[in-house]
Amino acid sequence: MALDKYGIAKRIAQELQDGMYVNLGIGIPTLVSNYVPAGISIMLQSENGMLGMGPYPAEEDIDPDLINAGKETVTVLPGGCFFDSAESFGMIRAGKVNLTVLGAMEVADNGDIANWKIPGKMVKGMGGAMDLVAAAQNIIVAMMHTNPKGESKLLQQCSLPLTGVRCVKKIVSDLAVLAVTPLGFKLLERAPGVSVEEIKAKTAGRLVVEGEIPEMRI
Amino acid sequence: MNKVVANADEALHDIPDGAVLMLGGFGLSGIPENSIAALVRKGVKQLTCISNNAGVDDFGLGLLLKTRQIKKMLSSYVGENAEFERQLLSGELEVDLIPQGTLATRIQMAGMGIPAFFTPAGYGTEIAEGKEVREFNGKQYLMELALHADFAIIKAWKGDTMGNLVFRKTTRNFSTSMAKAGNITIVEVEQLVQPGELDPDQVHVPGIYVHRIFQGKDYEKRIERKTVKM
Repeated sequence: MALDKYGIAKRIAQELQDGMYVNLGIGIPTLVSNYVPAGISIMLQSENGMLGMGPYPAEEDIDPDLINAGKETVTVLPGGCFFDSAESFGMIRAGKVNLTVLGAMEVADNGDIANWKIPGKMVKGMGGAMDLVAAAQNIIVAMMHTNPKGESKLLQQCSLPLTGVRCVKKIVSDLAVLAVTPLGFKLLERAPGVSVEEIKAKTAGRLVVEGEIPEMRI
Repeated sequence: MNKVVANADEALHDIPDGAVLMLGGFGLSGIPENSIAALVRKGVKQLTCISNNAGVDDFGLGLLLKTRQIKKMLSSYVGENAEFERQLLSGELEVDLIPQGTLATRIQMAGMGIPAFFTPAGYGTEIAEGKEVREFNGKQYLMELALHADFAIIKAWKGDTMGNLVFRKTTRNFSTSMAKAGNITIVEVEQLVQPGELDPDQVHVPGIYVHRIFQGKDYEKRIERKTVKM
C-alpha cells in the first residue's frame, strides 16, 4: 500500500532528533509536527519570524499579529521568540536551521529541485523556498512519487524551472525513502507492501538498489 | 524634535506619481492599513511597490491594484490575489519576483549602508540570469544589490514621538528592515506614546530611522487564513 500524506509525514518525523531546529514547508511537511516522537524536543522555525511555533490556536486565542509563513493563525510555545524576516533568513543562510522539509513538483537524481513555477501557468512566486534549499544543512523532500497522470516526479533532470541545484539529501514519497547519492537515487526503504519493481517502474531518474530493501516502519 | 503628524493623509502628502514605496507586512499581518487607504484616497499613480506580498483582492495592496495605482511590484509571493493575476497576464503590471530571504536582506543592506552582498539563494536558477556569480569556500553565490525606497511605509504596535518603535509578535517581518531603508520613513502605530514610555531596552527600531509617525485608527487586522485547533 502506498502511503497517504499522513504516512509520509509520520515517516519523516522519524528523521527528527532531539534539539533540532526545523523549518516545515506548507502542505505535507506541516503535518510532520503532529508526529514528533515521544521524548524528543524540537523547535519549529517559521520564516516570517518565529522560533518555537506551536499548534493552531483555540478560537478565543486567535491573534492576527501571530501567523506562520503560510499566513495561518498559530501559537507560540514557551521558550519561543520573534524576530524579523532579515534575521530569519540570516539564521537559515548561516546553517542554524538543522532540517528543512518541503514539497516538490520534481526532483532530479543529482539533488536538483523544482517546486515554484510551471511555465505558462500563473507564477505565484518562490517565497522563501530558494533561500531554504540553497542554505539548509539537510533537506528532506516530501512528495508523491508520481504526478496525477502517473508520470514519475523523480527524474534524471528536472523539466521545470529549478528552485535550487544539488541540494536535496533525502526523499520520502508515498512509495519509498530514497537518498540522493553521486550515483543517483539510492533506495533505502519501501512503503509497506510496495515492491522494488513498482518503485523502479515509477522512478525515471537513476535508481540504485542494493541488497534487500526493508519496509518502512510506520 | 517632533515627528508626529496628524494622520495618514498628512504623512503621505508629498508622495508623487511614480514613487518607489516599501510597504511592511507579511500577508495581511502587520500591514499599514491607514496608509494604504490614504494612498487610495490620494490617487497617486505609477507606483513601484516593494512588499513581500500583494494583499488580497479587497484588502491590503489589493486595494491599490484594484485602482490601478501600481505599475510594478517587487515581491516574493503574490499568489493570493486574482486581480493581480489578471493585471499581470494582461501586461498592465510588471512584477519582479525575488526570493524572500534575498528580498529581506536587500532591504536590510540598504539600511546598513552596504551596496551589495552575496547569497547562495537562486544560484543555478533562472533568477541568477545576468547576476555576478562568485565562489567562496567552494560554494557559488549570486551578487544582489541593496534595495532602497523613496518612502518606506510601515505599521508598528507602539511608537513614541521620537520615532522609536516596538512591534508585536510576528509583525516585525519586513517592517523593521524597511523602516531603515526609506529616504522618508512613515510609521503608523496602534499606540502613540510620549518619550520615556517605551523601555529603551525593548526598542526594535531606533527613532533615528523614522521621519513621520502618527496614531493610526480603526484597525481591521484582517486574518488571511484562520486556522484553529481541532
